[in-house]
Amino acid sequence: MTAADTKAAGPPVPVPRVPEKTGISPSGQEADGPRPKKRRKKGELLPYLLILPAILAIAAVYVYPLIKTVIMSFQDLGRAALWGNGETPWVGFEQFTNILGDPEFWAVVGRTVVFMTICVVLTMGIGLLIALMMLKVSTWVRLVLTVALIAAWSMPLMVAASVFRWLSDSDYGLINTLLADITGNEDRWLGHNWFLDPWQGFGIITLLVVWGAIPFVVITMYAALTQVPKELEEAASLDGATAYGVYRYVTWPVIKPVFTMVATLSVIWDFNVFGQIWLLRGNKPEPEYETLGLYSFSKAFESTSFSQGSAIALITVLMLSGVAVYYLRQLIKTGEVE
Amino acid sequence: MSASTPTTNAPAQVLRPDRKRNRLGYNILALVTAGLMAFPVYWLIVSSLRPNHEIRSYDQTLWPSSLTFDNFARAVKQDNFATAIQSSLIVSVTAVLGGMIIATLAALAIGRFRFFGRKALMMVMILVQMLPPTAMLIPIYLQLNALGGIDEYWGLIVVYLVSTLPFATIMIRGFVINIPVELEESAMVDGCTRMGAFRRVIFPLLAPGLAAASIFALVNAWNEYLFAYILINDNSKYTLNVWLMTFTTERGTDYGALMAASTLISIPVVIFFMIIQGKMATGLTSGAVKG
Repeated sequence: MTAADTKAAGPPVPVPRVPEKTGISPSGQEADGPRPKKRRKKGELLPYLLILPAILAIAAVYVYPLIKTVIMSFQDLGRAALWGNGETPWVGFEQFTNILGDPEFWAVVGRTVVFMTICVVLTMGIGLLIALMMLKVSTWVRLVLTVALIAAWSMPLMVAASVFRWLSDSDYGLINTLLADITGNEDRWLGHNWFLDPWQGFGIITLLVVWGAIPFVVITMYAALTQVPKELEEAASLDGATAYGVYRYVTWPVIKPVFTMVATLSVIWDFNVFGQIWLLRGNKPEPEYETLGLYSFSKAFESTSFSQGSAIALITVLMLSGVAVYYLRQLIKTGEVE
Repeated sequence: MSASTPTTNAPAQVLRPDRKRNRLGYNILALVTAGLMAFPVYWLIVSSLRPNHEIRSYDQTLWPSSLTFDNFARAVKQDNFATAIQSSLIVSVTAVLGGMIIATLAALAIGRFRFFGRKALMMVMILVQMLPPTAMLIPIYLQLNALGGIDEYWGLIVVYLVSTLPFATIMIRGFVINIPVELEESAMVDGCTRMGAFRRVIFPLLAPGLAAASIFALVNAWNEYLFAYILINDNSKYTLNVWLMTFTTERGTDYGALMAASTLISIPVVIFFMIIQGKMATGLTSGAVKG
């Protein structure tokens, strides 16, 4: 960072029109001779001033803590060290070997992956179908559907979780009443506790997660679908393509980048579901409801082993980095990062 | 965003009868879907207006027998309601405003200039989005603790601001590159300064993008729970989402009041969505027209 850069770190400053004379030649290419006007000389420093606040902010909240996470995961940072008495001992890979050797950790990983997969498949599948359906309906129906989606979307996560907790309440929940009415089996359903069996409990949690994620998927996919050129679709069907053929060879290639983006984001989000489980389990999730995020949390804040928590978080990051790399490659391929 | 897409409107009269019947089927299906999606919202509102004896009934009915505001009265009287509103407002609004300014600057740089490190910056932005919040939670907590940022609004604001920054930047960049450089250049030829060109030409065209990005930022900040729960321990500084927990005690949950409180919390978000939605539609459809 040069001195000129740091000056602009505060509020956005009016950008000087005068070409800045600096020693920096960012691209390494000297603007020799009259290059076409696109490469303006005054642009050399300006973009760096523009991105500086973003870089500082990201470094402070992401990069630095991430480095700290790595460091902490090689230490043993308990409560005592946190409050400043005593040195934090270095333990090398001990945290990692402890975690990786713990069958409970692998159970949590398995649970997280299965839960994420089911949520993503359901969200993307149902979301895409609804978006396709939106193309086929009358304008007023589309408006009604959009309003419903936005109503669901705008529901804060914690509010949605409260509603689903209420719906699935064992004594006063609507789900139990409806099931009793429909099946006529009151003994079976009235007072049924959905969270005694983690499979059933995760069923309710999945319902909440998928319901909450669908609006974003539908609205994004619908926006992508409206970008598909109508003439191409019509030409294809005139040429005798079936509805599926049109979709497969005309529609899908256009919407695929958006689909990939949304699906990848869903993977990340659903891998890290926290609040939904947290609130549905009344702020005290049982061990069989712990996904990686909750597991890391409870290690760090309940067992006050921040290093264990950090190591688990770091392993989670490494697991997700595969998804991140795939996502980046997709973006580069589609020219989003040019 | 639906009303403004003319794709299915015009050719309605030339549809053959079988396609008309098809549309009826899709319409019904779509209305059922809308009903299912909206049901939890309906249940939230209805439960908040139901008398308590119906809330605590083993036989739930889809329609309330009578409506009352008792639940709202209990919710509003709950400790720290006013301070929770204040906390949520301060934190969300500041984080969104700050985030939008920083994201717009970065988006302009990425969208308009080719500079060394541009690609790397975009990749970093995309990658940090992939980081799970729980991974960041522990070091951020420890760091804020060291800096005295626990129980302070600024700690939460900084976290929210940065967590929406990458997505907002990438989104606004999408709008930036859709604005032809020539527009800006001709404004400057006509005597605008670069700032003037930005204010008069770029900014108005960017507004839908900013609106859309600010939805995400605001909803994120308003809805965030994990960091708010960990970084704020002082009851009088709880944000609304954390405050919701106070309806659940050892003796059980006051669902009526919880639903009423939840309804109150959702109203600002719904209103914001409704205001911004039209702008978003403009943005999306103008993008669609351009192809």
